[in-house]
Parts: sequence; structure tokens; C-alpha cells
Amino acid sequence: MIQLVLLIVLAPYLVGLMRQVRASMEGRAGAGIGQPWRDLRKLFRKEPISPEGSSWVFTAAPAVLVATTVVIAAVAPFVATASPLDGVADLFAVVALLLLGTVALALAGLDTGTAFGGMGASREITIAALAEPTILLAGFALSARIGSTNLAAIVERGQQAPGDVLSPASLLAAVALAVVVIAEAGRLPVDNPSTHLELTMIHEAMVLEYAGRDLALVEFASALRLTLLLGLWANLFLPWGVATSASPVALLIGVAAFVVKVAVLGAALAAGEVFMAKLRLFRVPELLAGSFLFGVLAVSSSFFLA
Amino acid sequence: MTIGWALLGVLVVAGLGALGAAVASPRPRRVVAGVATSVAGAFGVVAGAAAVSGETYSARIQQLLPLSEASIGVDALSGVFCVLVGGVAIVAGLYSIGYSDHAGSRTAQALLPLFVASMILVPVAANVTTFLVLWELMALTSLALVLAEHRLRPAVREAGVWYGAMTHAGLVAILLGLVLFASKAGSESFDALRAAQLSGTSRSIVFVLIFIGFGSKAGLMPLHVWLPRAHPEAPSHVSALMSAAMVKLGLYGILRVGLDLLGGGPRWWWLLVLTFGALSAVYGVLQAIVATDLKRLLGYSTTENLGLILLAVGAGGMFAADGNRTLASLLIAAALLHAVNHAGFKTLLFLGAGSVLRSTGLRNLDSLGGLVSRMPVTTALFGVGALAAAALPPGNGFVSEWLLVQGLIHGLPGADAVVAVAMPLAVGVVALTAGLGVATFVKAFGVGFLARPRSESAAAAKESPMSMRGAMLLAAVVCTGLAMAPASLGPTLARALQVLPSVRDGSPLRGGVTLRLAGIQGSMSPLLILAGLLAAALVVVALVRRGLPRRTSLVWGCGGTRLDPRMEYTATSFAEPLTRVFDDVLRPEYDVDVTHHAESEYLIESVKYRQRVDDRLEASLYPPVFAAGNKFGSVLSRLQNGSVHRYLALGLAGLITVLVVVGLTT
Repeated sequence: MIQLVLLIVLAPYLVGLMRQVRASMEGRAGAGIGQPWRDLRKLFRKEPISPEGSSWVFTAAPAVLVATTVVIAAVAPFVATASPLDGVADLFAVVALLLLGTVALALAGLDTGTAFGGMGASREITIAALAEPTILLAGFALSARIGSTNLAAIVERGQQAPGDVLSPASLLAAVALAVVVIAEAGRLPVDNPSTHLELTMIHEAMVLEYAGRDLALVEFASALRLTLLLGLWANLFLPWGVATSASPVALLIGVAAFVVKVAVLGAALAAGEVFMAKLRLFRVPELLAGSFLFGVLAVSSSFFLA
Repeated sequence: MTIGWALLGVLVVAGLGALGAAVASPRPRRVVAGVATSVAGAFGVVAGAAAVSGETYSARIQQLLPLSEASIGVDALSGVFCVLVGGVAIVAGLYSIGYSDHAGSRTAQALLPLFVASMILVPVAANVTTFLVLWELMALTSLALVLAEHRLRPAVREAGVWYGAMTHAGLVAILLGLVLFASKAGSESFDALRAAQLSGTSRSIVFVLIFIGFGSKAGLMPLHVWLPRAHPEAPSHVSALMSAAMVKLGLYGILRVGLDLLGGGPRWWWLLVLTFGALSAVYGVLQAIVATDLKRLLGYSTTENLGLILLAVGAGGMFAADGNRTLASLLIAAALLHAVNHAGFKTLLFLGAGSVLRSTGLRNLDSLGGLVSRMPVTTALFGVGALAAAALPPGNGFVSEWLLVQGLIHGLPGADAVVAVAMPLAVGVVALTAGLGVATFVKAFGVGFLARPRSESAAAAKESPMSMRGAMLLAAVVCTGLAMAPASLGPTLARALQVLPSVRDGSPLRGGVTLRLAGIQGSMSPLLILAGLLAAALVVVALVRRGLPRRTSLVWGCGGTRLDPRMEYTATSFAEPLTRVFDDVLRPEYDVDVTHHAESEYLIESVKYRQRVDDRLEASLYPPVFAAGNKFGSVLSRLQNGSVHRYLALGLAGLITVLVVVGLTT
């Protein structure tokens, strides 16, 4: 519960932090890290608009998208591994839930009946379909050694045996998953979250028709997704600080560790983006194929070097 | 005893239904045929349910079949398939009442109950002759049903030829395999085959033969070519029966002969199954994603799903060969569960496609669209099926794919080189298939049903009649039940696995709300995930309810307000990026015609773009076989020149050969 509230509050600040980092590195003043929350508050008060000819799919998609991210925020071990909900969803279920959110938005993009919506949906689904094998292979490499796909078990194992985290299998999986996290969160070099330029955009093309509180939900969900993906990556490969008991002190350390880890990763990602240009759409599959290769290497090394 | 009476019920109802439909006038005919099909299916479900709850039954009727006796025996494994076939038949029968006024001849309607009865009885057969007779009956009735609409479209005839040829080539392989098995065993009853001691070589020959035969029925690549032709051209309820039920009997054959009668085998058998399963899964989904014909897409998705099922069987067989029963039973249970799940959602999807076809006359996704407001029930139910087929939570396909991945992952500790290479690749295949499957069904649902209609007929679509909607609703309810409570099927699956000697190992699935696995760590709760999703969505909706009401307005049209449906994304354009990524496998053909203006070649009057993606395997593998067959035929035709002397000489040579062979072997 603490975790859920923490993530919901934190997610827009993370986006704000990343924008601020970019702004200061590019020599701009920036709007401050609270700006996404202020935007959301404003959008929530505005009326939602549905395009003519769209259906319930368009209206329901933001709610589904937010629901998938909220469920993941509730069940995955971000702050503590000792959670009563841990058995509900394992690594693969979490991945599938993320994909469900992508699908809801893609269907909404198609439902608007515009070329933009269709284009965004088609591109987003292409990237998601190609990222999927990498996630499962990296998951395979992480969970095969431990004999469990439960996230809490993987995180706890990482804490007990820190050497494992530095093993070749784990490092290769980390690289593979990092690429996937960037692709799934729609960041550079796969997608540029801050443009509305037709030729480059993926995520923004799908949500072009959303307005008012629908748009607020979509924006909030994408911020939460980014936080979840960074948090998962952090806890799988840098498991330190995650609380293993429910005592208040441990939880407090868990919260602090989580905030620091995600903030550092987010800032690093934003700093990286400053120096990067977006890849051509058809170079993205090559990037994902590369990360797939890392996944395969991770699996084979988890066997041969075990 | 329940089983015996229920099976008798299947026969009687199907026979009476067929007779009734053959003599009735058109209007009552389709009611008689539909009701008889559903009732026969219900009897099948009763028999199967009794069998999976632990009852067994066997009977022999001596003089029924020539040279042999009819023999039936029902155990829990047969029971699973009886329930599966019967369940699909109940839904398809109901549906056919509303659908058949659109298409269907007297013969086709009369044969429908017989087709269902033969499918229910195939898993019940307990000797080789009975099995082959029922198998052939199933092949012939289904062939006639595929041809039901041959007067309406010439493509149906071509599909019929392909299906007839492939199903009989498969029959030959099964026949050779089982006859060889029976001759080595000295008897043809399944009990005798089970007890037979065969040499390793003959066992392997039997296995490869039956794998080819049953694999072709299951739509395994490269023997799948009949499937994407026959499924689209058959009437939709027949497509559902074939795709959801009949192909599963190929799976039944492999399980029954490979793991029960032969009692498992060396690892390379199962590596073979796993390889072809994996290839079919990837190839099927790649073809599905580029398909623009909705029913063809569903047909290729069947190839994909059967590929995944056989991948699970192959991996399970490999673990069984190594003596790892925990994982073997988990994987075979995943295969059975996926077979049941696939039967559920594929029935729903084919019936949904049939509903669209009946209302618009279209199967081409590029001309559909906008059905969500014109056929709301069909759209919503197709959406349930598409969610399941995309293997996303909370659909039922997700649970069995999750089980499959769990089984593959836990094989790593203590694995040798073969397993360590095969399992990660298998996981990669499952993952790629899952990702592309999502893309396929987003395309099918998003392009086919959402947005604005792309043709006149799609714009004029009307909702289907009551019986069709009811049948689809029934299928959707079953799918939802399977998705929510997979753990309750644990004991049933365990009983079915008991039949397989090298696999059986207690109950692989445990738990109530949360699904837990026996012997390995791993848990997931589909019910709680759904509850969480619903709760979160309700909270979100409640939060945003307050405030300004929703307004409908123009779509942003880049400054213009005329938005034409021609500007929408179509199925072809949706799949274009993936087509380009998998260019090397799919080899699409592009055709661009540019018409220049008559007065200047710098002015262009029109551009026509066409893209075709053919089944490349079919184009490269089959023509040489056909050519060789023709050549063989023309060589043989030289034997026949009308001269009586030559025929007498041939007869004499044949007789001498037979005598020499008999003399040498005895």
C-alpha cells in the first residue's frame, strides 16, 4: 500500500526530474520537477473529447492502461519483498500486463480512424512484439538459476548473494533488459517523448486524439510505466536496500533506496538522451535484435558458467 | 455405465439427426441438424466428463467391422478430448441454426452431426481397425463439409482438393505406422500394442510415421498447407469444428501412440516434435500477421497454437525420456490445457468471423471496420476471443502459455548440452510467438472491428440472429471460466496424465485462487489479477466521473476536415513494419503500376500498389513433389497400353513376386 502510494506520487516527479536534467544540460532553465503534476492537475479539470465515430474502446483505453500499471505497482517488489501479494503475478505476468496496457492504447489509436492513430499503433505494436522475446529470455536467465520466476525471490537472491549480480549472465541480462526498458518506455533513441513530429513519433501518434482528463490519465500512466520499468530494472540488478521484512525501519530504508535508485537511473537516462539522436524506425528492430542476442548470451552463460 | 449410454446417445442422436436433416424441408432442416449436433456434442461432454472424473469403460462388438471387431475403451485421456470435441460441437450446432440459411446444402447439413459423432468417437477407439475407420469417417465427412459452398465460389473446390489430398496422405502415414506396429505386436488391440516388445528401430519407424500423419492433421508445418485453404472456405461453424476440435485429434494421436502405446521413447523423437512445433509456431504466426483474410488469419493462428502445443509435448517428452517426471507432467498438462483453451477461443473467433461474413459478405480485413457500433455484441465477444488468443491476461490463453514457459525454464538446473540449447531456444520461440500473436490480434480486432467502415457492405452491417449470438456468448463464458479458475482443472489433468506411463506424476497444478505448481517454485493468480485490474479501473472511472461531460468532436485532420475512410490504416499497412522486419522469411511480392499522363511522362495520373504475401514454403516445397508425382504417373501409364497380353504378363509377374516373398519370409 505504501509502495502503491509512493509510486503514484513519485511517477510524475520522475518525469519532471528527467526533463529538468535535460533542460539544464541543454542550457535551458527548465520548468522545475513539479511541472508534470501541475500539468496533470490542469488537464484533469478539462473536458474529455472523443473523435467522431470512435467507440467505447477509445473511452475505456486510458482506464485499462492506468489499471495495468497500478496493478503492477501494487504487486511487484519495489520497496519490500515480503508482500502478501507477491504470489499474484510473477515476472512473466508483469510483462504481460505491461503488454496489455500497450495493446489497449494501440486499439484506441486504431479506433480513432485517423492515419496517425493507425501509424502509431502499428509502430508501437511492432516494437512491443520484438521486445517481448528479449524480456522473456532475460527473465529466463535470471530465474533459471534461482528456480523461480517470482520477482521477490529473484530480488532476495540478489541481496543474499551479491556475487551473482555481477555474474556474466546477470550483466548480459542487464544490458538486454536496459534496451527493452528504453524501448518499452518510449525514450530516445527508440521514440522521442517530446515531439509531435509526424515522421518520428510512435507513442505520441497513438494518443494524439486524447484531450482533457483522458489525456491526463494517459500521461500519468506513461509516467508510472517509466517508473515501474526503471524500478524493476533497478531491483533486479541493484537489489540493495529493498526491505525483506515488514518492520518500519526496513520499509523506510526500502523507500529511500528505491527513490534514490530510480532518480539516479532516470537522471542518467535523461543525460544520455541529450547526446543521442532518434534512430530511424527501421533501425530499431536491429537494436532490439542486438538486445535479443544479449538475452541469448545471458541464457547460455547462465548455463555454461553456472 | 454412464459412458456407455452417453456414447450410444451420441450415435443414435447423430444418426437420427442426419436422417432427419436429409429428409426435412429447408427450414426445419437446419434446426434438426443444429439441434442434433448440439445434443450429440452434449452426450460427448457427458461421456468425457464421466471419464475424466475417474470412470472407465470398454466394449467390443464382434461382427461390426470386416476382418476385425469394433472395440472401444475410454480412459481419462480420451475423456479430455471427448469433452473438448463435444463442447465445441454444442456451440457450433447452436450457431449453425442461425448461420445455415446463409449457406449450406442438404448434404452438408445432414453430415454435420455425423462429423461431430465421428470426432467424439475417434479418441474412444481401442483397436487399430476401429480407430482407422473412425478416422477415415471423420476425414470424409469433413471433406464433404469443406465442399459445402462449392457452388458459390470456385476457390472452395481447390481447397477441397488440397484438403482431400493432404488428409489422405496423412491417413496413409498413420495406416502404415499403425499396421506395422500391429503386425510387430501380433495383435491390433491397443492393450496388446501397449504390452508389445518392439525393437528400437521398428518403434522409431512407427513413431516417425504416425508423427507425420498426425502432424499433418494437427496442421504442423510443412504439412499445414490444407489448413489455411480449407478453414476459410468451409462454412464458419465447420471451420470452428475443424480448427478447434479436429486438429486436436492429431495431438491426441501423438499423445496416445507416442506416450501411451509406445510408452515414450528416446529423446530424439521428442526433439523432432519440439523442433517442428517451434517452426510451426513461428511460421504460423508470421503468416497470420500478414494475412488480410480474417478466416485465413485464424487458420494460420491455429498452426501457431498447435505448434506451441506440440512444442510443449516435445519438451515434455524430452524430460520424460530423461526421467524428470515433474517437468514432463507439467509440460504435458500445459499442452492439454492449451488445447482446451485454444478450442474455447478459436471456436469463439471463428464464429465471430462467421457472424461478420454473414452480415457483410466480407472476410477481407482491408474492407471491414466500423463494426463496433453496428454489431456491438459480435464485436465485444470477438474481443474476448482476441484477448485470449493474444495470450494476454486476463484471457485464458495466457494461463497455458505461462505454464508452458514455466515448464521450459525450470529444466535448466542439471541439464546437459541438448536440453540447455533446446530449452532457451524454445523459450525464445514462445516469446517471439507471443509478441507477434499480440500484433496479429490487435490487427484483427482493431482493423476489422474498430474505426470507420471501409466499404459499403461493412457500413450496412447488421447484428446476427439470436442463436448465433447465444452460441458465441456460451463460448465466451467458457473461455472466461477457463481463464479464471485454471487450478480447478488440476485433478482432471492429473488423471489424464495417469494414462501416460513415462509421464504420470501426481497433480502438476495446485491451488485455488492462486495457481501453484507441484515440485517447482512459481505462482500466479489470474483471478486476483483480474480483480485488481477491475478494481483499479473502477477507481479511475469513479475519480474522473466528476467534472465536465464528454464531448464528441471532429478528428484532427491536419487542417482539413474531410476525413475519408481511405485514409485509415488497413490490415496491410498495420502489418507493414513487421512484414519489412521479417522480409527474409516472408518474401512479399510488391507490384507498383504507375500510369503516366498521356501528354507528359513527368505527370502521373495514378499509382496502383499491390502487395502479396504467399505461403513461401508451399511454393517452394510442393511443386517439386507434384512434378515428381506426375512423372511417376506418366511412367506407370506406360504399363497400360490396352494389350491383354501385357496385363496377363503383369498379373503373372505379380503373383510370382508374392509367392517368392511369402516363400522367403516363412
